[in-house]
Amino acid sequence: MTDAVIKCESVYKIFGVNAKKMLEEANGNVDAKTFQEKGCIVGVNNASFEVSKGEMLVVMGLSGSGKSTLLRCISRLTDATGGKIFIEGQDLLSLKEKELIELRRNKMGMVFQSFALLPHKTVLENIAFPLLVKGVETENSINKAMDMVKLVGLDGRENYFPRELSGGQQQRVGIARSLAVEPDIWFLDEPFSALDPLIRKEMQDEFLRLQEKLKKTIMFITHDFDEALKLADRIAIMKDGIIEQLDTPAKIVLNPATEYVKKFTEEVPREKVLIIEDVMDAPTSDNLSNLKVSKDEIIENVAEKILSQEKSVGVVDKNNKIVGTVHPSKIIHTVFGGRKENS
Amino acid sequence: MELLKKYPKLFQWLFLLVVFFALCFAIDVPETYKFIRGQAEFIKDPNQSTYILFGKEVRYYAFDNFWRLPPLLGWLPIWINDGLFFLLNEWMPMEFWDSATQEYKTRPLVLQISRNITAFMTFLIELIREILLGGVETIVAFTSWNFVSAYPWAKLPGLPWTIVAAGAAILAYKLSGKGLAIFAGLVMIYISVFGQWKPSMQTLSFILVAAPLSFIFGLSLGVMAYKSKRVEKALYPILLVMQTMPQYAVLVPAMVLFGIGDHAAVIITMVVAIPPMILLTLLGLRGVSPEVIEAGKMSGCSNWQLLTEVLIPTARRDILIGVNQVIMVCFSMAVISAFIGAKGLGWNLLLALNQLNIGLALEAGLCISLIAILLDKMSLAWANKQTDYFGNLTFYQRYKNTIFFGGAVVVGMILALAGSFFFKEGFNYLYEVPHNKGISTADFWNKGVDWIFDTFFVYIKAFNTWLITEVLQPMRALYLRMPAVATLVLVVGAGYIIGGIRSAFTVGGLTLFIALSPWWDRALVTTYMATFGVIVSCTIGFVVGTLCQQNTYTTKFMLGICDIFQTFPSFVYLIPVMMLFGVTDTSVLIAVIVYATIPATRYTIEGLRSVPVALHDAATMSGVTKLQRLFKIEFPLAFPHMMLGLNQTIVFALFMVIIGAFIGTEDLGQYILKALSDKAGGGKGLVLGICVAFIGLIFDNLIRTWVEKRKKHLGID
Repeated sequence: MTDAVIKCESVYKIFGVNAKKMLEEANGNVDAKTFQEKGCIVGVNNASFEVSKGEMLVVMGLSGSGKSTLLRCISRLTDATGGKIFIEGQDLLSLKEKELIELRRNKMGMVFQSFALLPHKTVLENIAFPLLVKGVETENSINKAMDMVKLVGLDGRENYFPRELSGGQQQRVGIARSLAVEPDIWFLDEPFSALDPLIRKEMQDEFLRLQEKLKKTIMFITHDFDEALKLADRIAIMKDGIIEQLDTPAKIVLNPATEYVKKFTEEVPREKVLIIEDVMDAPTSDNLSNLKVSKDEIIENVAEKILSQEKSVGVVDKNNKIVGTVHPSKIIHTVFGGRKENS
Repeated sequence: MELLKKYPKLFQWLFLLVVFFALCFAIDVPETYKFIRGQAEFIKDPNQSTYILFGKEVRYYAFDNFWRLPPLLGWLPIWINDGLFFLLNEWMPMEFWDSATQEYKTRPLVLQISRNITAFMTFLIELIREILLGGVETIVAFTSWNFVSAYPWAKLPGLPWTIVAAGAAILAYKLSGKGLAIFAGLVMIYISVFGQWKPSMQTLSFILVAAPLSFIFGLSLGVMAYKSKRVEKALYPILLVMQTMPQYAVLVPAMVLFGIGDHAAVIITMVVAIPPMILLTLLGLRGVSPEVIEAGKMSGCSNWQLLTEVLIPTARRDILIGVNQVIMVCFSMAVISAFIGAKGLGWNLLLALNQLNIGLALEAGLCISLIAILLDKMSLAWANKQTDYFGNLTFYQRYKNTIFFGGAVVVGMILALAGSFFFKEGFNYLYEVPHNKGISTADFWNKGVDWIFDTFFVYIKAFNTWLITEVLQPMRALYLRMPAVATLVLVVGAGYIIGGIRSAFTVGGLTLFIALSPWWDRALVTTYMATFGVIVSCTIGFVVGTLCQQNTYTTKFMLGICDIFQTFPSFVYLIPVMMLFGVTDTSVLIAVIVYATIPATRYTIEGLRSVPVALHDAATMSGVTKLQRLFKIEFPLAFPHMMLGLNQTIVFALFMVIIGAFIGTEDLGQYILKALSDKAGGGKGLVLGICVAFIGLIFDNLIRTWVEKRKKHLGID
């Protein structure tokens, strides 16, 4: 037993007629090209990772990178071709139909890109749906659903039909529905991709607010790197079914593992993503300037102050104890340096 | 050469036509050829040739094989017939307990099964019928005739018409609201006051059994086909043939299996109504977005919940069209099955048409159409109904409808009771207005018809004569002049040009089947009538559709009209045309045209509407005039959809042509009608039906293949 809520061990998903046999023959050495020649498409290639309780893992990748497929393996909407998946220590792939339904009814919630609301049900009925399906009494379900309606700020619209709502509102319904059974694990499949930029930002903030309150274990899929940076505790970047890098946003931005990852990080405004802790040096006994900054500050907020100093600046933790130093040149280097190969 | 490269298809077509006409001229009409004989007739004739195949003797008139192929399939109907007879009377005899005579009886299995189904259907129909009209059959079913004759009180009393009318209105109110309630009430009152109560209720009871059963079976089979590829593959060819099989043709074999009467009618109706229901269910379920299904699964649905709560409701739109079709088919069949002895409005309608009593026919037709519209609207409202969770309802509000219905029952009974004292002459008008004791407008209509005839006789006659001698006869002669080989070449060639080798084989096979059946000449006549109807319908539909589409209101209006016209049972169309043109080919053709114009118009409008707005705007901004836009943008893009309309138009036209046999035509329909009264007609009816279905399928295949290619070419879905 580990404390990981979701745990994947070399998960493969290969589409095609002889997928299983071919995977066995490949002996752990799956190459997308050779598979494609034989009529199989590799969706997920050797994915191993853990998500611990209350953590938000964002899986980022362009279309066709296998991110949605990975999510569907973990929610077992499709069966993985190979590997092992554990949900709270339970072997997901060995679950029987009934146990799987039990698991989904109590532990999992999922939000979809195209909202996937039931067109014939009102907002309220949509949200109450998982509860009704589970067998909760109608009155209790409706009351609970009404709480959810309030949670996502749709009060007054509970008797509307999905078609009468805007995209943002529809996704609020989708979010409320996925939360109705109070699941521990929350899957979100590009929930904000179909929304306008302004609405998207609003929903992201709303989502962070919710997560602050609910502390779910989350797998969040997106194709938007900025979104990933904004939301994630850790980011997994996928390409052609392979997880290229899995790390905290700061580490990915500072140390992209592959050329592919680097392409995304180049354009990122680092001062907005990184915090002082990410760039500070070890504490030294050198004489420091009088200014002290908290290690949790985002660089952008304190850069001006630091740059106005000549000497290194002390970095303090919550207890005002010095844990590191930052020299002004380090800030300049972080923000402007190392972006392009030959700069 | 340049031209050839630019339009390769055009030259292929030209080449095909040249070959076709060359064949037509090269092959002479044999001197002995005479149409009406057909090739296999009922009478023995020394001029006939014979052959024996599969132990069946087939007689036919032999011609040059290029002119008409020999009817090598002539044994098929006889064989099917004998097969049916064998199944029914000899195959697998078993011991069955007979409750009537209290002893075991030996009976063939199939006969026993068909008897059981028959008994079950009869029971259902009688139950509903007796709730509405009263009677003893239901009680007899549980006891015996002796019991009923011993106790005269043992019978279902039947509801007074006032209660049924109130019930219908309250149900309509509950489902939809005031508007529908008023309509329901008025329809019921109309039926009663005009003395059509009894036949209407008989028809209604027939439909209330046939429609739900068809719906349930169609939905379940559709779901099964959705879940299993194997089921779908097995069902698909049957569905395809049934889609274009005229309803008439099913009557005959079913009659052999299940005898005559209401129960047989219900079974036939189900056979006809289930295929479109299956297809539309399948279409709807296929259209459910995968994310919605996933959402259902992630909400923790079991398979059953996923089906009932997610899949079927989400596919509701198409399934509802299916329900609509089921109801339409049921009413159509309610009339057609009068041929095999179903009681009700259809029977009256048929009788009236037979006596050329247009007024009576009109009344019965109006009643049946009104009930059809009412049921259609009610089923729609039922499917769209919503639940209110927050209504803090009082007891009265919650049970308002039940209370009202209870009240209506009491009041109705009191009225009926009062009526029995009030009306001394034996007819209790408050219980049931007897047939032909109500108000009748028949005389008025008959006089109207007479007046029209007296006033316009000359013009109608002139038009009639002109149409028949100048258009129809030459066209018919042209069709019959085609040598069978030339026709085959034409069809196969068209198949090849449009869809390649596969299509060529399919349509060639279908044509060959008809050519080898004994009814090639008849099939040609059917095709000629259908062609004429389709050409006129398409022209009208295209023009009317295009004109209406220019304006939102007219579009809506026209689609509404199409909806209403579609709800009329097909037979009803024969009434007004007979009124005007009497018993001639013109009548049939005009009925065909009116009936087939509905899909032509509808698909034109829908096709034009489906042109993306962005393209519309882009064209306008390029500075095109309205006409240019229509011809350069809208027509080319809408054309594939409009061609699907053509497909429907052909099917509709074929149906009507076959039904037209009732007025008197010389095509396949006439033989189907004949087979109905023929003791050994089962096989014949079925094969004739298949021939008609195949004519439809030939066109269906060609058009669909073309549309798919064209859509791919244009990049529309």
